[in-house]
Amino acid sequence: MLDKHKVRLYQIGLLVGSLTLWEAMARYELLDQFFFSRPLSILSRLFELLATADTYRHLSITFTETLLAFIIGTALGIGAGLWLALAPMALKVLTPYIKAFNAIPRVVLAPIFTLWFGLGIASKVALGVTLVFFLTFFNTWQGVREVNPVVLANARMLGAGRGHLLRHVYLPSAAGWIISSLRSAIGFAVVGAVVGEYLGSAAGLGYLIAQAEGVFDTTGVFAGMTTMLVFVLILDWTVSRVERRILAWRPAASAGEEMI
Amino acid sequence: MIEDGNAAVRLRGISARFGSHTALEGVDIDVCEGEFVALVGPTGCGKSTLLNVVAGLALPSSGDVHLLGETMKGPDRRTGYLFQQDALLPWKTALDNVAAGLIFRGEDIKEARLKAQVWIDKVHLKGFENHYPHQLSGGMKKRVGLAQILILDPNILLMDEPFSALDIQTRNLMENELLRLWQEDRKTVLFVTHDLEEAIALADRVVVLSAGPRASVIGDFEVPLARPRDVMEIRLTEAFLEIYRRIWGILRGEVMKSYAR
Ligand SMILES: Nc1ncnc2c1ncn2[C@@H]1O[C@H](COP(=O)(O)OP(=O)(O)O)[C@@H](O)[C@H]1O
Ligand SMILES: [Mg+2]
Repeated sequence: MLDKHKVRLYQIGLLVGSLTLWEAMARYELLDQFFFSRPLSILSRLFELLATADTYRHLSITFTETLLAFIIGTALGIGAGLWLALAPMALKVLTPYIKAFNAIPRVVLAPIFTLWFGLGIASKVALGVTLVFFLTFFNTWQGVREVNPVVLANARMLGAGRGHLLRHVYLPSAAGWIISSLRSAIGFAVVGAVVGEYLGSAAGLGYLIAQAEGVFDTTGVFAGMTTMLVFVLILDWTVSRVERRILAWRPAASAGEEMI
Repeated sequence: MIEDGNAAVRLRGISARFGSHTALEGVDIDVCEGEFVALVGPTGCGKSTLLNVVAGLALPSSGDVHLLGETMKGPDRRTGYLFQQDALLPWKTALDNVAAGLIFRGEDIKEARLKAQVWIDKVHLKGFENHYPHQLSGGMKKRVGLAQILILDPNILLMDEPFSALDIQTRNLMENELLRLWQEDRKTVLFVTHDLEEAIALADRVVVLSAGPRASVIGDFEVPLARPRDVMEIRLTEAFLEIYRRIWGILRGEVMKSYAR
């Protein structure tokens, strides 16, 4: 318990210290404010942004894209992962294609998606889905493959059919893997949305950042990045809540790999 | 050996090969209805493999399995299997683990939980129904496992060294508990163990497997000890020691062989 407080103290110290250093260096012109801005002006810009109604429109668009990419991507990923893990033939046939698709850098897809789906939400969601899908897919598949064969045999002896095995054995067994992928997936969904906006759109956090960058407004870029950071932290925290609830059956040691 | 009549489990010429390794060869065993048969043999001779074959979880390389007069084709609802390793569903509470089989067989969840509660009480786990397996001791987990199977009222009970991982006191308690439950309706039991004392204390008959590879049946002994028995006390009786000496005379050589490998 004491150790935990100590860690928290050092963490806060590190943050405050480096921000102070940054601020001081900018004030005494050791850092060029044009390129590096400084924490206090970023903070005041953040307050300005929070006071502007338009900001919330951008945020809600990015949020919508993130959520859609997250939901669609994980649903497809879990579905495909379960299916391929239980259909070894299909897996063998599809493996090289899956590997090939996964090897494509997603940023390259962004312009194509814009071409296909337009400048609106859909192209960003599509980009996010390609990121989220493979992550949850591989995790689900791995989770299913790691099902304890004795537990599986026991369930079969107790009379479980295919549907029962899926629901009572495979899914809960893979839950740990799936859920640990959800936390990264939410990050990926944000990346998909923001990068998509950044590369071509008329709204959203990525658009705001791109706009600021276009006029060399470093403060605006940092303010946008900070907003995104807080946004991701909140989503991550929400998922970790859900995680703890679903994995209640686990011994504490393996469920509690908390970083923050 | 009983040739016809009421054999609940009949194994004929069972062989099991893993690649070039032949674990079992030509195993013949009959278990009568209501009989408690213990299968002993040195570690690694193929006892678990044989039980998996009887359960329908593994196919024998050759040979036939008959259950209750019919040729077996895959896992059978009338068979209950208590595994050697932990086999409870880790994400279900003790109560839901016991109820699982009923739910798999289409029973209503509420109904299944009510029945499960009765079995939780029967195996003395009142107060632990909402614990997850990792929160239970080894002995408690075995009790849950036993209840999980007995609630389905199987005709045939297969048990693979169910108590071997328990400390000796817990183990004796569990053995007595098993006998008490078995006495209620005398199901057919095939009980695998490498512990000869346990085999004699529990069973009506002890079947001895030889050391692998190519393990087969090399001994079949009636256990003429009265029931009900107390496993801790019966070990001290003259009749127990007498039958122990006879079986050990055969088993010892096999154990030595399996050590020598
Ligand atoms: N799936 C398997 N693949 C290869 N060899 C196996 C497999 N299962 C069991 N064996 C081998 O068969 C033999 C019997 O194993 P097992 O039935 O577990 O023995 P026991 O239960 O009597 O200790 C051992 O030599 C073991 O290595
Ligand atoms: Mg074994």
